[in-house]
Amino acid sequence: MKYFLTSALVRGLVGQIVTTWLSYSLIRSFRMTVEGWTVPEVGLDEPAVVLACIIGLFGFLLSCGVVTDWLKMMAGHKPHLKHGAQGRPGWTRYVNIDVNHKVIGIQYGLNSIFILLIGGLLAILFRLELAMPGLQFLQSGDQYNTLFSAHGIIMIAAIFAGVGAMTNYLGPVLIGASDMAFPRLNAFSYWVGVPSAVILLAGIFLGGWDTGWVGYPTHSTTTKMIGVQMFLLGFYLNGFSSIASGLNMVVTAVYMRAKGMSYFRMPIFVWAAVAASILQATTTQTVGVALTMVVAQRTLGMNFFTPILDPELLAAGVPAGDPILFQHIFWFYSHPAVYVWILPGLGIISELLPVFTRKPLFGYKWIALSSVGIALVGMLVWAHHMLTSSMPPTWKIPFMLSTLLVAVPTGVKFFSWLATIWEGKMRFPTPMLFVLGSISVFLLGGLSGPILGTIGTDMHLHDTYFVVGHFHATVFGGFVFPFFAAIYYWFPKMTGKMYDELLGKIHFWIMVPGFWVMSLLQMRVGVLGMRRRIADYGPDLGIQVEQALITVATLAIGWSVLIMIYNLVSSVRKTELAPENPWESRSPEFLAPSPLPEFNYLAPIEVVGEPYDYGLEGATYAVVPTPAGD
Amino acid sequence: MSAVAHGHDDHHGELHNPMEPTRQEQIVMNRFGLWLFCFSEVFLFAALLAARFYLWRDPDVGALRPDLPQAPALIFTCVLLVSSFFMNRAEVAAANEDRATFNFSMASTFVMGLIFLVGVIVLEWGVGGETHILPTSGAFGAVFFAMTGMHAIHVITGLIFVAIVWRNGNLGNYSREDHWGVEACAIYWHFVDLVWIFFYPAIYLIGLAVHIPIH
Repeated sequence: MKYFLTSALVRGLVGQIVTTWLSYSLIRSFRMTVEGWTVPEVGLDEPAVVLACIIGLFGFLLSCGVVTDWLKMMAGHKPHLKHGAQGRPGWTRYVNIDVNHKVIGIQYGLNSIFILLIGGLLAILFRLELAMPGLQFLQSGDQYNTLFSAHGIIMIAAIFAGVGAMTNYLGPVLIGASDMAFPRLNAFSYWVGVPSAVILLAGIFLGGWDTGWVGYPTHSTTTKMIGVQMFLLGFYLNGFSSIASGLNMVVTAVYMRAKGMSYFRMPIFVWAAVAASILQATTTQTVGVALTMVVAQRTLGMNFFTPILDPELLAAGVPAGDPILFQHIFWFYSHPAVYVWILPGLGIISELLPVFTRKPLFGYKWIALSSVGIALVGMLVWAHHMLTSSMPPTWKIPFMLSTLLVAVPTGVKFFSWLATIWEGKMRFPTPMLFVLGSISVFLLGGLSGPILGTIGTDMHLHDTYFVVGHFHATVFGGFVFPFFAAIYYWFPKMTGKMYDELLGKIHFWIMVPGFWVMSLLQMRVGVLGMRRRIADYGPDLGIQVEQALITVATLAIGWSVLIMIYNLVSSVRKTELAPENPWESRSPEFLAPSPLPEFNYLAPIEVVGEPYDYGLEGATYAVVPTPAGD
Repeated sequence: MSAVAHGHDDHHGELHNPMEPTRQEQIVMNRFGLWLFCFSEVFLFAALLAARFYLWRDPDVGALRPDLPQAPALIFTCVLLVSSFFMNRAEVAAANEDRATFNFSMASTFVMGLIFLVGVIVLEWGVGGETHILPTSGAFGAVFFAMTGMHAIHVITGLIFVAIVWRNGNLGNYSREDHWGVEACAIYWHFVDLVWIFFYPAIYLIGLAVHIPIH
């Protein structure tokens, strides 16, 4: 307990709360003394909230100590990287600043699952509301709006943390490095996400917001719900985490690969992680601009997005704002953001399939390049989210074509998976089940994509539940199921213990069929006329049965995730050790002891062959030094 | 729960990384990382430029720009460009361990950067004086303050960076082999300068000038 109360996490949170509160009171009282500024008597003062949240972030970072080494460098010292638990119990590493990439990966993972549960709980709340027509237990539409808006952005934060978990834990291990290229920056990427998540969650309680996770103006610039500012800031500040970890992963993969590991001998997951990281490091900047603009318009009255203007200015020929501008800048990031989630997920599928089919990965180079292809094409499709907007038609057709083009590199992946499975000697432990589940669900998401990307059909389906079904299928198939597969697959590596196979299978057999029911029915009610982002629907739509079934499926998914968490927590406490290489993998981390040593390998490893030559006699991928005398 | 087994303990109980990159290897990675960061920032400034070309236009006449005083903008732009020359001199001086030139060049860079910053805030933004353009002056005001403001934040960061490197140089922390701090500062300063080379014409030169009435 003593160790927990003095941990970086607690210090940071206390620092954040204290600085936020102090600066809020100071700024508010200062604003009250200035002539001509209106400060509300009751309720929150919006500009003060914005400034206080930003100052609170610095409060967190300074008091948790993640920037201490950098401050020392600025003062001219040369601090050394501190490794290990430094005399404290081992578990304290996960609540303290630690530069080890495996610790940071697990921190991301725990954070991801924690936020995932909150986001899931919100989803269950509004699914219960939607199970029947009429408002049952929510008091107002605003409450519903806050729930679905918060569900969206919180799940996005959870997914980014999950991507961080996979790239951080696996990236350096798979390329045979001892750590990331910039260990301190890596710790910063994780820790800056914590106060951002706090700001997001606080937004739910300080007024909520009703803009959805997209926050389109002119609604987001005029809504009276102050929570929208916390949403914008929390979203924005999370971007620092994305950009920094993206840069870090690219540099790591370029410079820290093991001897003999050419680019085309890199594990396929690393290719996917690098492609995702490039997107993360670049496009995140543009959403930052979009969100800052909304904050600036709300707090400073800068007119970016409102087409209304002072008549005198208008008469002089001064241009007014335009809400479509926001959508362009916003989707330039937010479409590729989805690829940032699914690329690592699809990388996991390609990484695990050869292990469980005991066959080489079909078309390694094509898969590797298809990740880069998806990333590049993904930057050129953003306006397909705006096919029903007032954007000129001459823009819409090129965006429709580029959107359909995404199917080409994605199709490369699908056919490679099929060819890898073909005539394989399949084994079906839990990770493999989730891999196969991912492929099936991602296929559903993929096939419903072109329907929405085509202008004619999108006119009908835009903003219906069909979009909700499509989106959840891509994200579950592309991220959630592969993430769970990765957790089960590397769990013995992370902890040295084996999870319970039966509970894992129960998790799979509840979750994947549950998801199919949910997603297909969402698409069906969408086609039948159910709008998204709406608290209620009429009984005459004839979709009560479907809506009730969707809710049941959602509950099943929620329970199955709890089963997984129970499984993992109880398995960590087992005394029995997992086998050295439970999956008979050729990957270097499974040739090293579990859990991995502090610096992964005792000495540099050497790559001498192709990574996925399963079933080929005498083929070796990596030579891993083993500890002497063990 | 401990998912990370202990590594090598040397006799002081400190963990030692057998594969730790050497300083020279680390500098190579730092350099690539910083260039990637600049590439990332390109997207930030490109989004602002996109907003400028998207909003500052009229369907009939094409690109517009606010009618702003030209002379100060040109002068401050020149000052910022010249400061990059001194930044480069400072880097060369650090590589040659020439303390006197380093000090003079860092001081010049800092002063010129400061002149640019104060010039933008006082003369262009009209803080404390008469001005036509306000943050509330339609899309002109919004985008003008967003572009100059975002650039000014980077100039302020750059000035702090210059000040820290300047001081560390005088503490004797840079050598012929390892003056990464100076190099990083120079790359960043040149980048901020380069951004302005794109922003200056976009704000002051391109398009038909529209006079903003006092409102």
